[in-house]
Amino acid sequence: MSKTLVFTEFSKDHAKSVTLEILGKMKGVKPDVVAIGDFPTSAKEDLAKYGAENIHVLKGDALKNYSPEGYAQAIHDLIKANGYEYIFAGSTSIGKDLFPRLSSMFNSGMISEVTNFSYDGSTFSGTRPLFAGKCLAKVEFTGAAPHFITVRPNALGLDASPTAGAGNVSEANASVSEIKALIKEIVKGTSEKLDLTEANIIVSGGRAMKNSENFSILNQLADVLGATVGASRAAVDAGYAPHNMQVGQTGKTVSPSLYIACGISGAIQHLAGMRTSKVIVAINTDPDAPIFTKADYGIVGDLFKVVPILTQEFKNLLGK
Amino acid sequence: MNIFVCVKQVPDTETKIVPRADGTFIETSSIKWIMNPYDEFAVEQALLLKAAVTGSTVTVLRVGGVKGADEGILVEGDDNLDSFSTAKALKGAIEKSGKSADLILTGKQAIDDDCLQVPQILAQMLSMPSVSVVVGFENNGGKLMLKREIEGGSLEVYEASTPCLVACNKGLNTPRYASLPGIMKAKKKPLQQFSLADVGVTDADRKVKYSQFQLPPEKPAGKKFDAMDDAKLNSVVSEVVGLLRNEAKVI
Repeated sequence: MSKTLVFTEFSKDHAKSVTLEILGKMKGVKPDVVAIGDFPTSAKEDLAKYGAENIHVLKGDALKNYSPEGYAQAIHDLIKANGYEYIFAGSTSIGKDLFPRLSSMFNSGMISEVTNFSYDGSTFSGTRPLFAGKCLAKVEFTGAAPHFITVRPNALGLDASPTAGAGNVSEANASVSEIKALIKEIVKGTSEKLDLTEANIIVSGGRAMKNSENFSILNQLADVLGATVGASRAAVDAGYAPHNMQVGQTGKTVSPSLYIACGISGAIQHLAGMRTSKVIVAINTDPDAPIFTKADYGIVGDLFKVVPILTQEFKNLLGK
Repeated sequence: MNIFVCVKQVPDTETKIVPRADGTFIETSSIKWIMNPYDEFAVEQALLLKAAVTGSTVTVLRVGGVKGADEGILVEGDDNLDSFSTAKALKGAIEKSGKSADLILTGKQAIDDDCLQVPQILAQMLSMPSVSVVVGFENNGGKLMLKREIEGGSLEVYEASTPCLVACNKGLNTPRYASLPGIMKAKKKPLQQFSLADVGVTDADRKVKYSQFQLPPEKPAGKKFDAMDDAKLNSVVSEVVGLLRNEAKVI
C-alpha cells in the first residue's frame, strides 16, 4: 500500500486537471486517489493513465454536498485506516477549505499552494510564492506525518509521458457524524467558463476599459479563445467588474498559459498576481506602463482598436 | 453574543519585498504595515453585529507582527510563525479572555503568506464549524445564513448555528475605515498582552519550515510593437498572433 494519497475533484465527468498534474509529478511513487460522492467512470481512465493505483470512492448521505466537516471526517478515517503519510490536493475552493481542517484533526502541518515540488515517496520539499508572488521560498515539514499539501492549478503542467497505474476503484460508505454547517443551496454563477485560477487563457481589463459595458469586447475575444475574463483592482474598485474577477494580491493569483492584459498599467499588486503566466501579452497606450516589463509581447496601442482586430485574427486562425 | 475578531498586520500591498541576505525571511525594517485587507471585512461584520445584537462583546485578537497599541488581546510572537502555531496561539488567547466564543470572524486569508489555513485550523481546534470566503452574512437569532464564494462566482449557501467561525471575503460589507485602534480605544477596552508561552505555544508546534526566500526570476525582455498609428494596426496585430502560434506556441 502506498503512503501517498491524492484527493481529486471532477469537472464535467473528468478528473480535474490539477489532480493529473500532481499524479504525473510523482512518477514511481504509486499514489492512491480519493474521491467523494459520485464517481464518473470516464475519470478512472484519466487517473490510471497518470499513475493512480487504488482509487477510493467514499459515499454517504451526508456527503452529497461538500461540507468541510463531512469531507474532513470521511478522509480522516481513510487516512487512519491506511496509514497515508503524504496527502495532496489541488488548491481549489474545496482543497483550500478542507485541507487545513483535515491537517488540524491530526495536529499536523500543511503546506499551501506550492507551484513546484520534489517528492520521492518519503521526503517532500516544495516551492511556494509568498506576498502574492513577489517572493518565493522553499518549504518543508518539521513535524510528524501525516503531511498535507495543496498544489496550484496549472503550475506544474501535465506530464508528457506519464507512467500508468492500476486504477483499481473501490467504493466504501463513510460514516459521518453530525455536521454543523450545511449547504442548503448552491447558486450557480452566470459563467460556464473555467474559474480564473484554473483557466488556460485569461483576457483581463483595467481602468482603461472605462465602464462595465466595454468588457463585452473582452468577452468576444475570450469566447473565440475559450478564455476566462479577469480584471485589475482598479477596474474592480471603479465598479467595472465584480471582485470575483479580480487578478492580483487582493484578488486571485493566476498561472495561465496565456494572459492578455488590456488597458492595465501594471501596478505591483497586479503584476504579483499574474507574473507566473507562461506568456503575457500587454496592450496599453502608454509605452512606459510597467506591464510592458513583464510582457512577452507588448502592443503600444489603443485597446479599443487593437482588441477587435485581435479577435478577428484569432477567429481566422482558429477557423471560427 | 461574544464575538472574537482575529486580525494580522501585513506589509502594505504596494510594498516591494526584499528577501534577507541569508534567505531566512524578508527584510521587515522599512515595511509599512497595514491591517490585512480581508480582516477589515471581519472587523466591520463584528461592529455591525455588535450594533444589532444587544449585549454583544467584541474582542480583537492579534498574534505577532509589529508591536503596537491595539486594544484587545495581543500575543507577542515572531513575524513568521506558521499557521498551526498561529491558530494555537489564537485558541490560547480566547481561553485567556475568560469568555466563550460564540462567533469568530477572520479574513479569508492574510496577504503575506497567503496560506488560507488559520481559520479552519482554529475552528477544528475549537470543534467549531467554519465557513470560508464568505460574501453574505445573515443572523437570525444565532442561526446564520452564510454565502461562500466558489469557482466561477458560484455561491454555496450554508446554514450554521453559533458557535461558528466565519472567514470573510471582500464584498461582504463596506468597512467604515475608522482606524481599529480608534474604535476600540473609544470603548476603553483593556489591552491584554501575552507571550507565546503564556498561551501554550512551544517550538514543537512549528510544523512547517521556510528557507531560501528569494525574488522570482526576472523574465527576459519581451518584444514591443508600436500600433499607435492606425496604419500599422493590422500588421502589428497579425504579427503578434503569428508569434503566439509559431514562437510561443500557446494558440
